[in-house]
Amino acid sequence: MIHSNRTRVRKRQRAEQRFRAYGVLSLLAAGSVLVFLMYTIVASGYSAFYRATVLLDVQLDAGHIDVNPPFTREALLQGRYSSLVKSALYAQFPGVTDRRERRDLARLLSPGAELVVRDYLIAHPDGIGDKVTLEVPMSSDFDQLYKQHLPRSGEHIRFTAEQLQWYDRLLEEGRIHYRFNPQFLFGGDSRYPELAGIGGAIAGSFYALLVCFLLAFPLGIAAATYLEEFAGDTRLTRIIEANINNLAAVPSVIFGLLGLAIFLNVFGLPRSTPLVGGMVLSLMTLPTIIIATRASIRSVSPGVRMAALGMGASRMQVVLHHVLPIAMPGTLTGTIIGLAQALGETAPLLMIGMVAFIANTPATPLDASAALPVQIFLWAESAERGFVEKTAAAIMVIMAFLIVMNLLAVIIRSRTQTKVE
Amino acid sequence: MRNFMENLITADDFAADSEFPDYAHEELEPAPSPAAADVKMAAQGVNVYYGEKQALDAISIDIHSRQITALIGPSGCGKTTFLRCLNRMNDLVESCRITGTITLDSEDIYSPDVDVVSLRAQVGMVFQKPNPFPKSVFENVAYGPRIHGFARHQDELEEIVVRSLNKAGLFDEVKDRLHDTATGLSGGQQQRLCIARAIAINPDVLLMDEPCSALDPIATARIEDLMWELKENFTIIIVTHSMQQASRVSQRTGFFHMGVLAEVGTTEQIFQNPTDPRTRDYITGRFG
Repeated sequence: MIHSNRTRVRKRQRAEQRFRAYGVLSLLAAGSVLVFLMYTIVASGYSAFYRATVLLDVQLDAGHIDVNPPFTREALLQGRYSSLVKSALYAQFPGVTDRRERRDLARLLSPGAELVVRDYLIAHPDGIGDKVTLEVPMSSDFDQLYKQHLPRSGEHIRFTAEQLQWYDRLLEEGRIHYRFNPQFLFGGDSRYPELAGIGGAIAGSFYALLVCFLLAFPLGIAAATYLEEFAGDTRLTRIIEANINNLAAVPSVIFGLLGLAIFLNVFGLPRSTPLVGGMVLSLMTLPTIIIATRASIRSVSPGVRMAALGMGASRMQVVLHHVLPIAMPGTLTGTIIGLAQALGETAPLLMIGMVAFIANTPATPLDASAALPVQIFLWAESAERGFVEKTAAAIMVIMAFLIVMNLLAVIIRSRTQTKVE
Repeated sequence: MRNFMENLITADDFAADSEFPDYAHEELEPAPSPAAADVKMAAQGVNVYYGEKQALDAISIDIHSRQITALIGPSGCGKTTFLRCLNRMNDLVESCRITGTITLDSEDIYSPDVDVVSLRAQVGMVFQKPNPFPKSVFENVAYGPRIHGFARHQDELEEIVVRSLNKAGLFDEVKDRLHDTATGLSGGQQQRLCIARAIAINPDVLLMDEPCSALDPIATARIEDLMWELKENFTIIIVTHSMQQASRVSQRTGFFHMGVLAEVGTTEQIFQNPTDPRTRDYITGRFG
């Protein structure tokens, strides 16, 4: 009797251990996939925050830039700086005189190099005629060469033998540096990978989320409050309720089509703008906010409602003074999660034309603009090697935003939980 | 507008006897004087239905002014339902239907031109479970005066809050944490805060729905003591499970049984000489 009992106990204990092991294994599997994903993204993306630059001694000659005094900002913006930069580079290699060779030599520099000179002159208009040492960006291919993303030899080599020699000489002379690339975080998109930035996309996403929040938050709270506090339990409210739940599960591309058909074609709102993007995203966020708000309104203790009603508070006062303030943390959590989802949505934005190439940072929600997920989509399609690291880095940025938003939601939730205790 | 100040007494008026719960009051209390027997609220043939089910059957009772009326009876007998009719809290239950008349100062409170919100400001309520708002102690008491516009400025509001807390015998305990959240108070303090909150808008009638059922005996004693003081200014109706409590605090008692008001009379008569056999059985502990 005791013996048979013991075997059964042992069997049960082994089953328990196996059961636990399955759980640990699935956690490990999920965790390792996540770690692998993060590792590949970070490993291929972190270098986008840096770029290779060359030190050039530039003779700031007024004749070369085709600008007459006075050297105002407007006048300097009209100037042409490419010959200044090129002659500074040629001065490093006096032996290179052939036109074709000089053209190859100039390919070491980014088209953004002349903008560095222009910006320096705008900041120091008295400096005309001086000789200054400036750090200018290298072209994408040499940037990638420096980062060892492109091979020096082999079948698909993108460099001539002379170019590699010049590059090596600059390296030996200590003229090539590896610097933080602020343009990536703050600049707009560009055809040239070394000049492309996600600043414009961040601004576009910010405006779109702002519009989305301003529309979906009040509408969502109003709808949820009415359904929860005022509407009776009728067939109509039950149909509305079921439809709100269904709406949350509709594929996002359909919301994009709706936005295209209604906001662009019927209302004639401007294409590719964060305004329309935000409106489309708010359609998607609305069900999330309504569902979260209704849940948190329902969890407000009936005692508080009774107390307020018993004091002679009107139903509106009960809602505004008590129910909504108590439900607000839950509402905010739901809103942040809804906005985080909206931040990552690509398909609806493609539908309303936010997929266009736009190099400018939008100043208002009415300017055509890119958005973070669409920028990733655009760069991922690009053939240039330089855009690979940009794509990964943009994913890092959007993930950072998502993590911050979700953390915020967690903090709000835990704060209020401790308060209730 | 009723004169809000006339009923208010200061803490000093009763500081002396609030220290010691003294249930000897009861024996000293003379039979209700004609003035005290003014009818504040009256129910005439009140029936309450929840859907098809009848919860109250032809309830008629007079509630005397500035007295404590206790409603007793076994669970599910309808005493709380009746209490909730007196400030129309049953309106919130969709399936609930009420016939008959209930008057406050001879005015029908179910008449169509009565504003429920103003009625509830005149007939305050204290609930079974302490339910302070999750706000500060001060805000809890200030809420009523604020929404009813009793205070013209902050000083006046603070005065009302301090006076109400004093009347509820709570001020000395919470004066250093007026701006702390009310949910941090003990259960008994929370219930006294709810009473302070209810009397801050100076209602005519105070309904108390088993106010001590969630409290320990010491906190209960304090609330009962408080009710004795409050009856000088308010008409109080208390629903209670405890017959001892009814006999300690009330002047009149109504006994509910299965949706009917079996008997109503002075507390002394109900407890010492009940006429209805059901009352006698309940009081002697044969059921309940």
